[in-house]
Amino acid sequence: MSTVRIPPVLREETGGNRTVEVHGATVAEALEDLFARHPELRQRVTQDGELSPFINVYVNDRDVRYRDGLATEIGPDDTVILLPAMAGGAR
Amino acid sequence: MQVTPGAATDLLGAVGDTPIVEMPRLAPHAGVRLYAKLEGNNPTGSVKDRVARAMIEAAIADGSLRPGQAILEPSSGNTGISLAMIGSRLGYPVRVVMPDNTTPEREQLLRLFGAEIVFSPGAEGSNGAIRLAQELAAADPDLYMPFQYGNEANPRVHETTTGPEILRDVPDLDVFVAGLGTGGTLTGVGRFMRAQRPGVRIVAAEPMPGEMVQGLRSLEDGYVPPVLDESVLDDRYLVSNRDAVIGVRRLLREEGLFVGLSSGAAAAVALRVAAEMERGVIVVLFADAGWKYLSSDLWTRDLDELEEELEGSMLW
Repeated sequence: MSTVRIPPVLREETGGNRTVEVHGATVAEALEDLFARHPELRQRVTQDGELSPFINVYVNDRDVRYRDGLATEIGPDDTVILLPAMAGGAR
Repeated sequence: MQVTPGAATDLLGAVGDTPIVEMPRLAPHAGVRLYAKLEGNNPTGSVKDRVARAMIEAAIADGSLRPGQAILEPSSGNTGISLAMIGSRLGYPVRVVMPDNTTPEREQLLRLFGAEIVFSPGAEGSNGAIRLAQELAAADPDLYMPFQYGNEANPRVHETTTGPEILRDVPDLDVFVAGLGTGGTLTGVGRFMRAQRPGVRIVAAEPMPGEMVQGLRSLEDGYVPPVLDESVLDDRYLVSNRDAVIGVRRLLREEGLFVGLSSGAAAAVALRVAAEMERGVIVVLFADAGWKYLSSDLWTRDLDELEEELEGSMLW
């Protein structure tokens, strides 16, 4: 199973859990399994079936938009990280 | 009056044209050459001197900043310090909205340059500072807000100065790496390279936000800076505070480079990119020097202890 990391702003929907273990060979499959386990997350994270522009998805350290998007493959040791889009700090 | 050849007639003329140095000891193997562009060499010590100068000059030229107005800006440090210096040169008072959990040096420098500070809740990170500044500016017509996150002069100055300087000094570069804050550096240098050297990869180093600075009430409180043009990016890497600190330490030890936290993160990403290349040339932009981080002692403290402290602060 792979791990999905949940940001604080979405933890109400996971009962406070910081991480959720999911099945899936791609990011899309991992997210489907995540939504099956925590149905309220679907409408927070997606808009019209697409990822919300306010959320960024990473596999380990890399943004999936610059890899294969939701089709990016993942393995059991990979962590899918969900993060709210944030402006940078000291700039 | 005799003017020394090459001398700027005012401090503002000394902004930009920063040095680029090779980092041979940091390069992971002989096929890759790494170069650092040292933006800490600007007059107030950061890349933000370029942005602040460009925004204020543009605002004076188009009449949006008028005599008698004050300048207001959300900034967790560098941009505010640059604006404070420039405001003091040109006769505009400067007010900076800053999260209350940055380093003391920033507050000291802002006050030394004559700026007034309005603190925003640190738990809301830079998003909180942006929101408060927007409320203050909307309520007072005597305030002019350059707003680096949405001001086209920000990416434009990188397109017209930073990008050309890089290509002049390292004409054979393959990859450009910089930290992602407002997105101005990456967007501007990215646009310049797209036009001049379309093969150059543009790579963002993005801070992994600490749990304690993610105090958003909802996802919609999140913020994608309007000046960030994501279409010019080729890759985007998250960097933990821990890896950024390790980068800062390696740069000092191996290359004698004294840089700030975002530069450590950018170096960490440059090394990840380098590890996947057989050969090539990488230029990484170091946005500021280490001076403003001395009080947090990034260089000698226990890494676990430091990591815990950084979770709750905004350092870049």
